[in-house]
Amino acid sequence: MGLASYLVFFACVVLVLCILTMGLNLQWGFTGLFNAGVAGFYAIGGYTHAILTAAPSPQLMGNYGLPWLVGIIAAMLVTAVAALVVGLITIRLRGDYLAIATFGIGIMIQLVSLNLESWTGGSQGITRIPKPLSTWFEGSLAYNLFYLVFMVVVVVLVYWALERILSSPWGRVLRAIREDEMAASSLGKSPLSYRLQSFVLGSTLMGLAGALYVTFIGFVSPFDFLPILTFQVWAMLIVGGSGNNRGAMLGALVVWSIWAASGVAVSKWVPPSHAAQGAAIQVILIGLTLVLMLLFKPRGLLGERAVVSRHLVY
Amino acid sequence: MIVQAIVDGIFTGAIVSLGAIGLSLTLQIMRFANFAHAEFMTIGAYLALAAVGLMGPGAPSLGLSFGWQLLVAACLAASLAGVLSWGLDLVVFRPLRRSGAAPLVLVFAAFGAALVLRHVLVLIWGHDSYFYTRELQLGVMIVPGVRVLPDQVFILALAIFLVTLLHLYLTHHRTGIAMRAMAESPSLSQVCGIEVDRVMKTTWIISGFMAAMAGVFSGLTPQLHPELGSNMLLSIFAAAIFGGVGSLPGAVLGGLLVGIAENLFLLVADPGYKPAMPFLLLLGVLWLRPQGILGEKTS
Repeated sequence: MGLASYLVFFACVVLVLCILTMGLNLQWGFTGLFNAGVAGFYAIGGYTHAILTAAPSPQLMGNYGLPWLVGIIAAMLVTAVAALVVGLITIRLRGDYLAIATFGIGIMIQLVSLNLESWTGGSQGITRIPKPLSTWFEGSLAYNLFYLVFMVVVVVLVYWALERILSSPWGRVLRAIREDEMAASSLGKSPLSYRLQSFVLGSTLMGLAGALYVTFIGFVSPFDFLPILTFQVWAMLIVGGSGNNRGAMLGALVVWSIWAASGVAVSKWVPPSHAAQGAAIQVILIGLTLVLMLLFKPRGLLGERAVVSRHLVY
Repeated sequence: MIVQAIVDGIFTGAIVSLGAIGLSLTLQIMRFANFAHAEFMTIGAYLALAAVGLMGPGAPSLGLSFGWQLLVAACLAASLAGVLSWGLDLVVFRPLRRSGAAPLVLVFAAFGAALVLRHVLVLIWGHDSYFYTRELQLGVMIVPGVRVLPDQVFILALAIFLVTLLHLYLTHHRTGIAMRAMAESPSLSQVCGIEVDRVMKTTWIISGFMAAMAGVFSGLTPQLHPELGSNMLLSIFAAAIFGGVGSLPGAVLGGLLVGIAENLFLLVADPGYKPAMPFLLLLGVLWLRPQGILGEKTS
């Protein structure tokens, strides 16, 4: 029973991470944009949803108790606007500047979530975030099972939609820009505009993931969105294979499994007095996985499929 | 109040400048944003701690809170950090460059290396805060209402000394001049017969050395902790970009501006929001003048 509920919980988290990784894959894998603020955009979605939908609480502004779906849509919109602002400023510059600016976004969101206590509850976070249809189910395992099915549906939808747009002319332009910006612009495609679209769309997916995550947990706090998360999502994409959405999902599963398993191992063998060292071992393991992948298997487990136009005649 | 904030800003700015110099050099010469750079500040700080542990902290002298031992420890730590910085290039960045990886791939390799380095320090020293010395220092009133610590003056003087030294190196030494040539145009300098590997090695060593010096002295003012460097990453990026990437005077000017802006910001804002200032500066400069104040516009 304990194992079953753990597995359901684990699977739900992996599915949320699948959406995050696919969002990053759109930006990095298909467009070559470096987003170092994944945790930031994820948090914007999570907090927007929490502030709008959580049950009213006397200490907090916000907590409007709005319907769940309103929270989800607003989370995506607010994340999209944040991405648009950062994108407009940095997307015309050399790629690293987007990395630096998005890295800053991640830190800013941490700051705001910790310090803007009247809205975010500071380090206490926001509780009592409603779970849709929770009255239909008895017990948390039953509800989590339902949520698992729901998440599978969402992930399949996101995957299907992404595959559709990526195989459309729009997706081909993205890859053309990634491969050769000058050639793409000589064909009359505006690299800036496409890059911005891809960046905003990918970030919107991250916002969606954030909202789905806090719905599942029923609680949001700054510690759900630590900068290490950005790095984990990157590791998922690189391990799985950037430029391939199935790879992205596989990477989410593999890396999160390594993370969870090493967490269990650490808690078993490392004495509690050395908890900091134990956690450090976990991070080092993920860091080494990423660097070794980059060095020895840069295409990831499932690399990008080579696409050849069906109109091409040999 | 305002004058005190500006004076304090100059002192923090000196440390930020030392951190920004190496970052700016690697941004220009290696052509990628080295997110691992700030970790060499932390590494330097902890290496100096280890050296101080071996030698003893030394008796306070000349009104400073530390003795000559800390200075020796700082030089040892910075040299070692310089070598480690080059070592990181040898094991991670150079193989990636050789395999023809895109510059952005180097950026996230740096991201990964940063986390590994920081957590190796956590593995050794844990999350506790350490101090080089427990000596307390009283501020000295220089003009009415403005106090400075003798340590701060020392750090500023040391920073000026190091920057001057580096400036002379870049303008007079063969390798220094080659570094500037590489910064201008890597392919052209290769054609001119510049030994690219040697220039890169020197760049890594200098940037690691400078970062470690910044780390030691930022660990002196309050304390050492594993996030010492990474907490300053945004500030040093802002400083490097603000001043103009690849420009030594630019990095120094950017560091001072960031330091002053952070301290002025604290007069009006909640201290919890301190890291917001470098971020806003960064967005502002990227929006208005992406080549930086002293940078030259390139196509």
